[in-house]
Amino acid sequence: MKRLAAWAIFIFGMAYFILPLIGMVEFSLSMLRGQYSFEAYRVVFADPRFSQTLSYSVLMALLTIVFGALLVVPTAFWVRLKLPEWRPVIEFVTLLPLVIPAIVIVFGYIRLYNTSSWLPLTGSTTGTNLLLLFGYATLSLPYMYRSIDTGLRTIDVATLTEAAQSLGAGWVTILARVILPNVLVSVLSGAFVTFAIVMGEFTLAALLDRPAFGPYLQLMGANRAYEPSALSTLTFIITWACMGLIQLVTRFTKHDKAPR
Amino acid sequence: MTDTSPPAAPPIAPRRRLSFAWLGIVPFALFVGLFLIAPTMKIVIGAFQRADGSFTLENLAGLFTPSILSSYWISIKISVASAALGALIGFLMAAAMVLGGLPRFIRAPLLTFSGVASNFAGVPLAFAFLATLGPLGLVTVWLRTEFGINLRAYGFNILSFWGLTITYIFFQIPLMILIITPALDGLKREWREAAQSLGASAVQYWTSVALPILFPSLLGTFALLFANAFGAVATAIALTGSSLNIVPIMLFAQIRGDVLGNPHLGYAMAFGMILITALANILYIWLRMRSERWLK
Repeated sequence: MKRLAAWAIFIFGMAYFILPLIGMVEFSLSMLRGQYSFEAYRVVFADPRFSQTLSYSVLMALLTIVFGALLVVPTAFWVRLKLPEWRPVIEFVTLLPLVIPAIVIVFGYIRLYNTSSWLPLTGSTTGTNLLLLFGYATLSLPYMYRSIDTGLRTIDVATLTEAAQSLGAGWVTILARVILPNVLVSVLSGAFVTFAIVMGEFTLAALLDRPAFGPYLQLMGANRAYEPSALSTLTFIITWACMGLIQLVTRFTKHDKAPR
Repeated sequence: MTDTSPPAAPPIAPRRRLSFAWLGIVPFALFVGLFLIAPTMKIVIGAFQRADGSFTLENLAGLFTPSILSSYWISIKISVASAALGALIGFLMAAAMVLGGLPRFIRAPLLTFSGVASNFAGVPLAFAFLATLGPLGLVTVWLRTEFGINLRAYGFNILSFWGLTITYIFFQIPLMILIITPALDGLKREWREAAQSLGASAVQYWTSVALPILFPSLLGTFALLFANAFGAVATAIALTGSSLNIVPIMLFAQIRGDVLGNPHLGYAMAFGMILITALANILYIWLRMRSERWLK
């Protein structure tokens, strides 16, 4: 009886998850009347804006990951090593982007860094791109920081640092050749979440008026019928791939560490 | 991007109490200050200012006009409905998985899937639901051709309150599963056995032991789901365009083109959003700390 109810709930929930995905895939395949075809995908791939916005977003995602790692790894390392009493404060600050809606943050950017301000980032294309990059880094901060901080917890930061110092290593060497290789898995899992966030992000890119994938998706949705479903299916595959890679990376290292 | 270089070696004097160790987090502090704190403060302060910079409460009072008030009300209703339904279904699914005797091999895939699904929000999610429950959607057409049920005739429209709520639930359920599963794992077998040996029925065990213990977790997660739905912009815009006046959509239009005719009223709307999500999150954190007394 209990097991039956459990199965019923589970199947109901899974139907809720899976039906929209089936609907989306089915719709994306039915552009031609009366048959299934990849016509919608062909149209999407033939659209130059698709490749332009996609490559723009991929580039932004990669830059965000590099920037985020360069910002978070040294900070998290330093806080663990020298400023443990600051940890709760830093942790609280990194969680703020989950509390403050993205639309409010970007609203602040537009008001604070407009052309008549002391730092007119929105005045030039490069400046706006930079602002978008910082915005993405802010949005991914909670995931990046938590992931890397958890990674640092599993290694003995103080001992590793002292050992490296006694061998004559400077701070850059310690970070790049001792700490980073040890927390690479955490950096990667943070990186994949960041990638998934940036690829689908709409609000920041739309309000800063940058040609990213999210606004392109929305534009297509407002004007076309079948192509949006094809694009959503592609986005879903990207998200899945990112999450799958996180699982793979974490599992891989577990096996790696087990024998020792 | 010069401010991201690893902390330059400051003169470290570990034995002296006065140290320069704080220099190491200057790049981080600078970044967070410039791109998280300062923009937010700008909005908060702007909500209390006139165009000439003088202090006022007029903007906040301006929120209490019927159109803005109703947009907050719709937003809150959608957030409460999607958080409540998402929390309920997510809790039942997690309970079915942890306590209901489902085979163990279901657990890992379900948790992984929840991780993916809770991240699959925004514009693509809206399209998935349009393709499923929209006028030409899979389920809509199927119900009409196979059963003769016309969803439209029952007043259902994906571009409405319930349409948006049903769509939001898609990312609410998996988030609930991810957060509540550890709490359910923390229910000790001994508690159930103790209750049983004292003659409690299953219903009594749940109402007087398990649910009171889980209550802070449940309510706290509900608050988190509420904030999650309240701040969602992209899904709403992609799904309804501007046909449903919820706060994020109104704010989006305001930032794009000052539709309210007063820039500082936009600040006030944004401030209202921060206030509501912050309250929900404070509730979450506080209840979480309470629940950790028992669980774990």
